[in-house]
Amino acid sequence: MAEKTMVEAVRDALHDEMKRDERVFVLGEDVGRGGVFRATEGLRDEFGEDRCMDTPLAEATIVGASIGASLNGLLPVAEIQFADFIHPAFDQIVSEAARLHYRSNGAWSCPITVRTPYGAGVHGGPYHSQSIEAFYAHVPGLKVICVASPYDAKGLLKSAIRDPNPVMFLEHKKAYRSFREEVPDEDYTIPIGVAERKREGSDMTLVTYGLMTRYSLEAAAAVQGDGGISVEVIDLRTVSPWDKECVLESVRKTGKALIVYEDNLTGGFGAEVAATIAEDAFDFLDGPVTRIASPDVPLAPYSGVLEEFILPNPEKIAEGIRKLAAY
Amino acid sequence: MVSVSDVPGAQGLSRDQLREVYFKMFLARSVGERERMLNRMGKGPFAVTGEGHEAAQVGTAYAMTPGKDWALTYYRDIGVALTLGMTPRDLLLAHLARAESIESGGRNMPSHFSSVDLRIVSGSAPVATQVPHAVGIALASKLRGLDEVAVTYFGDGGASVGDVHEAMNFAGVHSLPVIFVCENNQYAISVPASKQAAVTDLSVRAQGYGFPGVTVDGNDVLAVYSAAREAVERARNGDGPTFIEAKTYRLVPHTSDDDDSRYRSREEVEEWRKKGPLVRFGAWLEENGVATKDEIGEIEAKAMAEIDAATEYAEAAPTPDPASAMRHVFVEEE
Ligand SMILES: Cc1ncc(C[n+]2csc(CCOP(=O)(O)OP(=O)(O)O)c2C)c(N)n1
Ligand SMILES: [Mg+2]
Repeated sequence: MAEKTMVEAVRDALHDEMKRDERVFVLGEDVGRGGVFRATEGLRDEFGEDRCMDTPLAEATIVGASIGASLNGLLPVAEIQFADFIHPAFDQIVSEAARLHYRSNGAWSCPITVRTPYGAGVHGGPYHSQSIEAFYAHVPGLKVICVASPYDAKGLLKSAIRDPNPVMFLEHKKAYRSFREEVPDEDYTIPIGVAERKREGSDMTLVTYGLMTRYSLEAAAAVQGDGGISVEVIDLRTVSPWDKECVLESVRKTGKALIVYEDNLTGGFGAEVAATIAEDAFDFLDGPVTRIASPDVPLAPYSGVLEEFILPNPEKIAEGIRKLAAY
Repeated sequence: MVSVSDVPGAQGLSRDQLREVYFKMFLARSVGERERMLNRMGKGPFAVTGEGHEAAQVGTAYAMTPGKDWALTYYRDIGVALTLGMTPRDLLLAHLARAESIESGGRNMPSHFSSVDLRIVSGSAPVATQVPHAVGIALASKLRGLDEVAVTYFGDGGASVGDVHEAMNFAGVHSLPVIFVCENNQYAISVPASKQAAVTDLSVRAQGYGFPGVTVDGNDVLAVYSAAREAVERARNGDGPTFIEAKTYRLVPHTSDDDDSRYRSREEVEEWRKKGPLVRFGAWLEENGVATKDEIGEIEAKAMAEIDAATEYAEAAPTPDPASAMRHVFVEEE
């Protein structure tokens, strides 16, 4: 076992799956030379141009052609260079990939994986920072995964590629190289739709995903240290389908719920988590279900000071925890 | 599939094949008419059909190998579906949204053709989204070393959609076994061709993507067939894509919800009706001694009998179990 960055873990998963199953191939802009984040580095040398294929700059057709290839016996893994540029492919993802199985009464299916780097905090400005999970989590027929750790990235990407449904695999770009983690060399998978309890606690449940998991854990450690607040932290890992049972069980135990996400507050995925808790754990609550998210401005302004002002960080999360704990 | 024919100008089709082509064209025309009739009777909420497009549809599909080649159709392609082997029963079950419909079990609107066995890929309603799928299928054909061809259909309005241009460019770059068939009926609902494109022949666009494009008389089934056969041969031989523009005319309103008298004169429609593909091909069969008037009448009677039986069957078939609406969001794993 070695310590790896998340981008290395993604590459390992792609490599292993391509080796394991010759139907798997990668396509996207610049992937032949490794891609702008180097997630596909070395794949063309090992598997050839046909299985690590540079495409024209045309997102709708990267996804559309992936759908077609999946109908004719292949398992495409499409890379969209940045999540901010996936919008031209929205129609192919929502109207086609997500609906094909349903609309054909189960006759056709579409086992594609769409990988894309998302998220802010890297001075990416309004077009290299967006969170897109809420758009797709809203759509029945899609699975949506948000990863921000090397271990999860490898195990979940393998599951995504092997899943018979279309899967959106969102990789937080700030987590690509900012830290390392033990990643087993062996094959392992993490089930889609299963959350992970990252920290046990008794005073409140903090539900999060993506990079905010890391920030929330920092915040939870800080408030434990100074105020003795015990926070249970749950990383959803998959936002669709999401692990309601894990969240509800925890909230029934702690009686408080704080939801932390990087996306804009309004209509963000955390709103769905909040609604579910309010509906299904009402009798157990002794404080308002609370959200910490980015305010409703386009994510994210370029200047470091503006960005810092907008995005959630460990200090803001700790502040939110203290406020809710005081209830 | 070049067969020896003793009929001059028959593009190598035998007398039986020529009669079969007429049968499919008439079947397509009449299934469309039947669906419109059932709609007017209040039995099916919606009808979208292709009367007038029979030569463009049957002529191209007849050049394909059903069950081997792939068809990515759009809502007008009744003639493609029937030529490849879907039946009037399949289409009428879909029209009436019956549980048994192989298109969708009552989930999709009618004329969203689908058959896994026949490789007619389930379609959707956003115009032209199927075109990149054809390219992906052809890409897989090429990568897997198969000689399967993908044929995708769209209208003159569809030809303006970005997906079509992206897909043609992708297909050109990879020299894929795919055929783009544009059924140019000169209208996209009410928008005339002159407001859709600044070129007269849409086929010139193929040049910009690095492969040949041809414009054919889309009301001449043999001309269409000839162009399609050549395109299929090119694709199968690894010579890449072809764009076929078949110029034709829709003889009926856009859908059962449209009133086409708002945007085109009755005289114009009547002119085109006289030049319609069935009129023309029927006359050709007679002139060339392939079928007598009586024999054509027999072919038509056979088609009508099939449609009558299919109507009766579909009307009696059960509607879907309401609770089944919850199924097949995701693949159900055992
Ligand atoms: C993306 C999209 N925009 C608009 C529509 C509504 N619409 C359905 S058919 C149609 C016209 C299509 O015309 P054309 O492609 O020429 O095909 P035709 O109906 O003439 O055969 C329009 C505007 C749609 N289905 N999809
Ligand atoms: Mg048209």
